[in-house]
Amino acid sequence: MSVNQPVYTDNDPQSELVTLNLGPTHPATHGVFQNVLQMDGERIVSGVSTIGYIHRAFEKIAEHRPFYQITPLTDRLNYCSSPINNMGWHMTVEKLLNIQIPKRVDYLRVIIMELSRIADHIICNTIIAQDTGATTTFLYLFQYREHIYEIFEEICGARLTTNIGRIGGLERDFNEVAFAKINKFLKEFPIALKEFESLLNRNRIFIDRTKGVAEVTAENALSYSWTGPLLRATGIDYDVRVSEPYSSYQDFDFEVPVGTSGDVFDRYLVRNEEMWQSVRIIEQALEKLKSEPKGIFHADVPDFYLPGKEEVYNNMEALIYHFKIVMGEIDAPKAEVYHAVEGGNGELGFYLINDGGRSPYRLHFRRPSFINYQMYAKMSEGMLLSDAIINMSSLNIIAGELDA
Amino acid sequence: MAKATNTELVELLGDKFGEQLFDVSEPYGLLTFSAVKDKVIEVLSFLKENGRINFNFLTDITAVHYPEKEQIAVVYHLHSMVSGIRVRLKVFLNEKDPRIATATVLWNGANWMERETYDFFGVKFEGHPDLRRILNMDDLGVHPMLRQYPLEDPNRVDKKDEYFGR
Repeated sequence: MSVNQPVYTDNDPQSELVTLNLGPTHPATHGVFQNVLQMDGERIVSGVSTIGYIHRAFEKIAEHRPFYQITPLTDRLNYCSSPINNMGWHMTVEKLLNIQIPKRVDYLRVIIMELSRIADHIICNTIIAQDTGATTTFLYLFQYREHIYEIFEEICGARLTTNIGRIGGLERDFNEVAFAKINKFLKEFPIALKEFESLLNRNRIFIDRTKGVAEVTAENALSYSWTGPLLRATGIDYDVRVSEPYSSYQDFDFEVPVGTSGDVFDRYLVRNEEMWQSVRIIEQALEKLKSEPKGIFHADVPDFYLPGKEEVYNNMEALIYHFKIVMGEIDAPKAEVYHAVEGGNGELGFYLINDGGRSPYRLHFRRPSFINYQMYAKMSEGMLLSDAIINMSSLNIIAGELDA
Repeated sequence: MAKATNTELVELLGDKFGEQLFDVSEPYGLLTFSAVKDKVIEVLSFLKENGRINFNFLTDITAVHYPEKEQIAVVYHLHSMVSGIRVRLKVFLNEKDPRIATATVLWNGANWMERETYDFFGVKFEGHPDLRRILNMDDLGVHPMLRQYPLEDPNRVDKKDEYFGR
């Protein structure tokens, strides 16, 4: 973290630039981001991004924790869609341990992940609208994020930082109320999303503010290692769910929306379409669950799957396994593994090196927000300040994921 | 065009670089190999620009510290979106003076990844346009992910590892 302000030695008052500190606590940046901008009137001449304000040393902490205690750390990466991070981490460990997950668990996980993807995209798209001045749409669609959190609450007891699931499956089955809430959501959300789209998609003011703003070519996006909706908005159909299916995504029929120009409007459209596709996936998953045996919510791996508390107190074997897992006596292979999932913002990767000890030898998070954000200052050059604000909203940078 | 596979890739790299690539393995299907540090840009640009394999996407750069070997490994993850395969390249550096050529000449995205690696491991990327700390404060003085630095104050008596089975 450093405040590196470009110094201008030009003494001509006509060409004097104004230094503007945008952030770190500016209300328009939706998070702790600082950009020191050189302004020529309303236009940005150059900028320097400063990050690290909420750095919490997760990678260092992870080297001192057993695997199951790392899940709460992943919650705090992209906290707008923490279940995806939790599942990604569990799947990384499962890949390391070669655990086969039952289909039913895969489908339950898919439901949770797609719900959180919708929650993530709701935040981003409504905030783009909010930043262009459309408060109605923001308040209107945002309540469905609340409904998604109610579903999570029913499944795991938490709302934002969910710590959902365990290595080997989920900690409990979905209850009837959870299924009822999911069905209710699937009935109501498409109506609201359709209305949201009809308020914005052909709205002259919204299009004027977003179309052609911050256009990015596909070559540039690839060179900056962009992933997720941002890369897809430039026209590259890369989606981890399709290119390397995890958690049985190959069983589902869905489309990967792409844009053409990579501008703010395209990113908005891509995210909207992804919400429709997520709804489709959840509907299919609910349908598939009907033909799966009931009551299975974790793999049969007592060596790694933490038993329920009731079991631990009443069952000798469960107590032994509980003790072994908690004390870190797992025999995990000495190996290295990279596993990626499609997070709300792009490819969320976990690079895990295990030396057979209690905690990882090294764990690195490939955080899409961190990598997507580095083009921001460069992109802003020559842009109007108000456009730069919308551009930042559409990048959907989450401070927790940016700084880890 | 059929998709390139790991076997084909090994042959292709073997023909081109021979003994300069070593420690080839395939943990969990992800082809991993090491290169000497002088050859890193040559290897990376071959991987990126060869039309058959086309690893056009830099997924990640990070590092790992091995104090008992007195080495720091810089790890590159590349991804070929054409073939849908990934590859992992490791370069082992001496921990006393870790220096390596920058990959920013090939990918703009390498900029912050290398700054992060420098910040946490002290690896100096030669030719990097702006090699500063990125997440930690400038006057931190140490590179905190090196393994000699403990997570907490080691003098605390209430949190000794032995009490927690570590």
